[in-house]
Amino acid sequence: MPDNREKKWFKLNVKSRKQIVGFTFVLPFLIGFTIFFAAPFLQSIIFSFNSLSLTREGYNLKYVGFNNYYNILFVDANFIPALIEEFFRTIVYIPAILFFSFFAAMLLNGEFKGRWLARVIFFLPVIMGAGILRQLEQMDFLTEMLQAGAAADEIAGSAVSAQIIKNVLFQLRLPDFLIIYIVDAIENIPNIIQDSGVQILIFLAGLQSIPKFLYEAAEVEGSTGWESFWMITFPLLTPLMITNIVYTIIYSFTSVDNELVIYIRNVAFGGMGYGVSVAMSWFYFIMIALILFIVIYLLGKRAYYLD
Amino acid sequence: MRNYKHFIFFTKLKKVTFDLFRATLIISISFIILFPLISKVPSEIMIEADAIDRTIRWLPTSFTLNNFRQAFELMNFPVSFWNSFSLAVLVSVLQVISATVIGYGLGRFEFFGRKFVFALVILTLIVPLQMIMIPMYLNLRAFNLFGLLPFSVNLLGSHWPYILTSITGTGFRHGLFIYIMVQFFKGMPTALEEAAYVDGAGYYTTFFRIMLPGAGPAIIVVFLFSFVWQWNDIFVSSIYLGGSPEYLPFALERIMHIFYERRTEYRVTWQMASMVNNAGMLMFIAPLLIMYAALQKYFIESVERTGLVG
Repeated sequence: MPDNREKKWFKLNVKSRKQIVGFTFVLPFLIGFTIFFAAPFLQSIIFSFNSLSLTREGYNLKYVGFNNYYNILFVDANFIPALIEEFFRTIVYIPAILFFSFFAAMLLNGEFKGRWLARVIFFLPVIMGAGILRQLEQMDFLTEMLQAGAAADEIAGSAVSAQIIKNVLFQLRLPDFLIIYIVDAIENIPNIIQDSGVQILIFLAGLQSIPKFLYEAAEVEGSTGWESFWMITFPLLTPLMITNIVYTIIYSFTSVDNELVIYIRNVAFGGMGYGVSVAMSWFYFIMIALILFIVIYLLGKRAYYLD
Repeated sequence: MRNYKHFIFFTKLKKVTFDLFRATLIISISFIILFPLISKVPSEIMIEADAIDRTIRWLPTSFTLNNFRQAFELMNFPVSFWNSFSLAVLVSVLQVISATVIGYGLGRFEFFGRKFVFALVILTLIVPLQMIMIPMYLNLRAFNLFGLLPFSVNLLGSHWPYILTSITGTGFRHGLFIYIMVQFFKGMPTALEEAAYVDGAGYYTTFFRIMLPGAGPAIIVVFLFSFVWQWNDIFVSSIYLGGSPEYLPFALERIMHIFYERRTEYRVTWQMASMVNNAGMLMFIAPLLIMYAALQKYFIESVERTGLVG
């Protein structure tokens, strides 16, 4: 016979009991969120309106109003141009990543010999951390010098091929911005490939989850592979395209080898001070949040769900 | 009859052309991915004279492991490797545990404010790190839980910032791990869980005995991501640990600095410095490559089953 208290506990209806249990699972996050996220997050708002100086015990704040923001907008010559450049770089970068990762996932989804090896290699950038390699690459003079001899040829070669592509595109009478975009993307292929690992994973997982019977039914009805792709594969992957776009935006804006991120960090730990740096971060964050909001709002309605 | 043969011939031709096209693409993309790694190898086993000789690029005249030996010493490899390795294991194990628990709560229970909590998880992902890093730095330097503790402790330079943020699901890119877990648990069949409840198992028993063993694939994915990102992380560690060269990424960064400082002492050429640096880089990546090679089978299978798919 269980004692009375236990009985009362059991009398709580199942629904509200489940609510409490569910809540206990999430509780660690709520605690951590309050201490390690919400608190610094709110403090950063305060800091952005203050001039901050470190003391031995802690820090001193001096209220300066909108001075930090004023400094960013009208005094610092680097931030706003860097922000605009970052914005356009990302806009150019997203379609390229999306296109490549979709294409690569389609390639890797087929049946062929050595598929596992191809997959292992394609996901290698995720493991190695493309960022850190690039960062280390910049410090490496030798590879540069070693390649200098061949590089001269390579540069000449790539310039020639880029020129050929450019000429072809001009003859097709494509609009100028499109030509610049395509040529730029071609020159950045290595970077795009190195950054697409996770996106390929997401698309590949999506391709695997499309039920086979849809394709079988389509084939029975006489649809060609081309039609199946546009009527089945593509629509069913649209939700994942949004996931990928959102992931790419977040990753590219907040990755630690992002130049603007490095710039903001350098401002904090040397130079103009914490207050200005935090104010810059706020500018940056609001821009990211706005872009994400617009993207999700515009694309969310267009996604196609099976059920 | 001839038409029939023609048809077979063209079908085969089509298939061969397509296979060839696909093989070309896959091989060239793989080449682009592997090139940065491969291009470093010759310079890692070269002697200095070969590095200075501009005509030698891929095939050194003699083979040496001297560069590795030097990198090994300059990085103080055994110490820095062990420090980084144990830290990465600690962080990733804690992150996997907390992401699983939190993900289970968000994915399997309907409670008041669930959507709101999920939104908070996403919020932690999109806020640029450097924005909360400065207040974080100041708070950790004199940690007193906002005046709740009567004294303040300096947590910087210890593993405590990592432990505390990892346990509570607010570590580096932790939101993504929680997200993966939520998606995974949402996709698991409810029948198992209900059967356990009917048999009289409590909520927590069900979680530990039934759901957790079934979450293997998602756990491997999260563990690998978490380990790799911790291993490669410079940004957070430069704040939590103050860039201490007793950890591998900073030890690696220091190689070039040491050479620069000693440039008058010994006659160090930049070729030499760079060769040693390359060797160090490979030693830095090697553990990840080994781990990936060991886990890749599970990893790639898991990803397909995790419902990483939104």
